[in-house]
Amino acid sequence: MKRELNITVNGESYNLFIEPKTLLVQVLREMLGLTGTHQACDSSSCAACTVIVDGKAVKSCSILALQVEGKKVTTVEGLADGPNLHPIQQAFIDNWAFQCGFCTSGQIMAAKALLDENPNPTREQIQMQMDGHLCRCTGYNMINEAIQDAAKRLKSREAAMKLPAQKNLQSKWTQTAKSGKGA
Amino acid sequence: MKTITTDFEYFGPVKVEEALDLLSRYKDDEYKIIAGGQSLLTAMKHRLIAPEYVISIKGLSDLDYIAFDEKQGLKIGALATHRSLELSPIVREKYGFLCEMEENVASVETRNWGTVVGDLCNADPATDPAPPLIALDAKFKIASKGEERMVAAEKFAVDFFETVVQPGEMVAEIQIPVMPANTGAYYTKYSQLLGDYALASVAVLITLDKKKEVCANARIGLAGAAPAPVRAKKTEEVLRGKKITEALLDKAAEMVMTEVSPVSGIEGSEDYKRELAGTLLKRVAKVALERAKKA
Repeated sequence: MKRELNITVNGESYNLFIEPKTLLVQVLREMLGLTGTHQACDSSSCAACTVIVDGKAVKSCSILALQVEGKKVTTVEGLADGPNLHPIQQAFIDNWAFQCGFCTSGQIMAAKALLDENPNPTREQIQMQMDGHLCRCTGYNMINEAIQDAAKRLKSREAAMKLPAQKNLQSKWTQTAKSGKGA
Repeated sequence: MKTITTDFEYFGPVKVEEALDLLSRYKDDEYKIIAGGQSLLTAMKHRLIAPEYVISIKGLSDLDYIAFDEKQGLKIGALATHRSLELSPIVREKYGFLCEMEENVASVETRNWGTVVGDLCNADPATDPAPPLIALDAKFKIASKGEERMVAAEKFAVDFFETVVQPGEMVAEIQIPVMPANTGAYYTKYSQLLGDYALASVAVLITLDKKKEVCANARIGLAGAAPAPVRAKKTEEVLRGKKITEALLDKAAEMVMTEVSPVSGIEGSEDYKRELAGTLLKRVAKVALERAKKA
């Protein structure tokens, strides 16, 4: 018998009817079409299916969807801001942190949960967070470096956002002044 | 095997009484209790079990707590996750080795959703929390409709994936006494990958006398080395009342090898795991002793 499930995924609320045996990853991929979350090992061993539920990284292949009733889910599709990639996504690209990319969405979601909790993780802390994530092509150093880089990018983004009003005013004023001169 | 193929009826009670009432309605082989389900769902996906009714207790927020009291000690509710135990400041301060144990339980993602009590109820022979809880002389509060009983940690699991929990019952809480003065404790496991279930794991708790010379009390728990986690009482006797030396630890290691009953598997033979238990015991006892001296 189908049961009702109310969840918020990437900021959108959904009211679904599902079989109780449905796993969270099936709801995301098959019902909502969010195929960025990958399903691989099926035995809770690889973490490719990692998503964030109420701020915590979890394995969507090992969670009964009905247990996520009323909770907020973030998947890799929820990170980018329009055409602009999230700083963690960009850091993974710039640091060559993936080749085939299969494990990457899970890696990025775990990195996001880590950096939300701890904006300045050490190399060892990153290792601790990521030790459940299997990558069969790139190796783990680049992933670790990408996360350290992402931490820096997030900090500078935050610093830039702290005084946005003043900065914008200033740059606008400078531009106007410049264009005034030119005209 | 990526999905669960057999349909079941699902219940999501939000009150403890409601859950206990549901449990009293069905036979043991018809239902399964799910908390985080980090082991249960894998077993269901692999078609090892196919319950008709799945009773989710994840919504029992009343049981999601970790509380410490200077007299009564630590209480861990049935819905406390591995991760909340790992990150609890009071647990880190009072029972630091429990947090160290948690750091190598599966992965962060599993610890974020899986519960400590659920892990113990799944009763894998190598479950991580069992040895430390045996060493700490923890008690399990088992609730059923209108009733409650207490079971010592060392008596909780009885065989492979089998516990003393009866139809209609669920574990509501773990109670851990206050650590005595001059006590040090340590836990470690040997596994093929970090976070895997252990081939063998050992927890040792050593309490020294007032002068910090003689071992006043020792408690030892092991997992992976038998069909269910065990308390090594004879090995405790070897250490109790004596000054702990290298020679005494050798004796204790020999004794513990007689107290375990490992099962051969692809990851190691019976003899190998027996040796491992002895070696680990020595290593763990040394750290526990150093900690007791500094305590």
